Amino acid sequence: MNVGDLSLGLFAAQLAARGVAIRWGPFVSRIVSGLPELAPPLHLLYADFPLEPPGGICDFHVRVRPRSRSVPWSERRVEFLLDHAPAFPPFSRKFALAVLEWGLNWCVYGSHRFLLIHAAAVERDGRALLLPGRPGAGKSTLCAALVIAGWRLLSDELALVELQEGRVRAIARPISLKNDSIDIIRDLAPDTVFGPPAVDTHKGTVAHMKPPSPSVRRAGETAVPDCIVMPRFVGGEALQLDPVSKANAFWAIADSSLNYEILGEAGFTALVRLIDECRCYALTHSDINEAVAALDQLSREAEVSKERYAAAV
Amino acid sequence: MRQLCDADPLLRVLIRPAAMIELTEPEWEALLPRARACHLLARLTVEARAGGFAGKLPARVQDHLAAASTVAAHHERTVRWEINRIQRALQHLDSPIMLLKGAAYLAAGLPAARGRLVGDIDIMVPRNALETVERALESAGWQPTTFAPYDQRYYRTWMHELPPLRHRDRDTVVDVHHAILPPTSRLKPDPGELWAAARPLGGSRLHVLAPTDMVLHAAAHLFHDGDLHRSLRDLVDIRDLLICFAGQSHFWPSLVPRAAALHLGRPLFYALRHCCCLLGTPMPEVVASAAARFAPPSPIVRAMDWLVPNALIPGSSDAAAHRNVAGVLLYVRSHWLRMPPWLLVPHLARQALLRTSPGRD
Repeated sequence: MNVGDLSLGLFAAQLAARGVAIRWGPFVSRIVSGLPELAPPLHLLYADFPLEPPGGICDFHVRVRPRSRSVPWSERRVEFLLDHAPAFPPFSRKFALAVLEWGLNWCVYGSHRFLLIHAAAVERDGRALLLPGRPGAGKSTLCAALVIAGWRLLSDELALVELQEGRVRAIARPISLKNDSIDIIRDLAPDTVFGPPAVDTHKGTVAHMKPPSPSVRRAGETAVPDCIVMPRFVGGEALQLDPVSKANAFWAIADSSLNYEILGEAGFTALVRLIDECRCYALTHSDINEAVAALDQLSREAEVSKERYAAAV
Repeated sequence: MRQLCDADPLLRVLIRPAAMIELTEPEWEALLPRARACHLLARLTVEARAGGFAGKLPARVQDHLAAASTVAAHHERTVRWEINRIQRALQHLDSPIMLLKGAAYLAAGLPAARGRLVGDIDIMVPRNALETVERALESAGWQPTTFAPYDQRYYRTWMHELPPLRHRDRDTVVDVHHAILPPTSRLKPDPGELWAAARPLGGSRLHVLAPTDMVLHAAAHLFHDGDLHRSLRDLVDIRDLLICFAGQSHFWPSLVPRAAALHLGRPLFYALRHCCCLLGTPMPEVVASAAARFAPPSPIVRAMDWLVPNALIPGSSDAAAHRNVAGVLLYVRSHWLRMPPWLLVPHLARQALLRTSPGRD
């Protein structure tokens, strides 16, 4: 049974009482929240996600709840709790959905059976494309545009690489878009479904895009790592897709990994293998359509491009 | 309380790790977040692997246990490296260095270090070496975590440690102590006595406390210097130390006299009482009854019997309101023990004021 199979009323009641156990890829989170404004956007964005049958073990026990105000005139705030403890300082109640999404990302940070990379990840023909980058590099925008162009969404914020098998796992949770990106994606696909935007967060305006149903349905399928592309949006620049040496790619990914150091030797081994298996590029672009076309071409020409990449680096 | 340790699955598996095999999935579901909240998940992994039944646990449980032990292994690597770096930073000084708590358990190879997460590195140096040690650490890259004049003064005047020092590249934190309890505290164990009994580690300048003192320090830290919130792990530390040192013939007979000499009888009483009641720790009857002379009046013992499990064990009672009351009482108690009222009242007033001011988060 999926979230969308429950009526909104029933979903909201469960959310407020014993919580809803939602599976997203390898994880199950039990979400509890009595905030009435949180139920409708969750019910909307997570409609295609399976509900875990009762009796099983949930990985993350999370709760979003109003924080008691120290003085009556201070702003209403909410806090995110993981395992009964606040994970980070409270935020304005206006950002409740964003707080939950940040919190669910936070949960993944402790999943050390994966090499965790700060990257978006998409798949086509069983091959995974990773888009690592610092905040503001435009990886979520590019990820959303690729998904609209037919790529399967693996994950937006954190890429999960299995330590043993080296394959990329899917999460398929909503894509978090900021500021101008929201309009860029709306223009690209006017029927895209968004959650209510959070205005004036520390990241500016944040809105969450509903992941396509097929991506959510196929969240159990893994993908073989094939390409690492480090995107950079620079206004007015012509599109440029340059091969990056494996050594440089190694350091860039180690740097953007959240648990490379914690994993120790296992992290090193997994990263070496990942870099060995991937063609690595740096992408500079100022037009989302051109960027999507370039990456489409890169994936279509996997075999040819592999040879070209090998010759170039 | 005896019923609590049988009824609570978390206490049950800490006392008898093999009980993990008997847990149902719903029991694990309730236990995992609680064990993680008090930093005991990696410890359970160690026990499950040592007992040879880790592979028989539910797959999702195995994932979480493995992740926890990955973190613990990372902490162990980090602490060993930090100890090495601290030694190097202080190599030109002739002052001895005492490792305390987690770093000490690890460096001394004690069972308490197995699967133990370590937050900050705690070291102690003689008071007269404090300034040179601080300067040497600062020139090796450790920087004060706070520059606020009030905080600096708070630590330097009233505390038994310097303001925490964070390394600018590695982000690790060292707490440099000159005593094990604040000078303003109602109990004042003499650091000179601790140094006189300290054990050197393998020919280096590193030392650890003598076995009795290590137990007493852990007890004082838990029952006199903190608010006990989610500190079940600290009680497990004490249990591990007691069991480990029980093999040394002079340990049990010297524990109570040593506590009396260091003025740490009251924390020892609480530590033994709660190790026994909550974790079923075996101990000679004669030691337990000798420690009973440090007990507070019986209404306070009964109050603490109710407060301590509520605070130590996350989710031990379903009534959140009970936990809050217990938490507030213990918070006040911890400060009460830490400093006399004429220092305490202005300090708490300031903390409360800071909490209500906007923009602090």
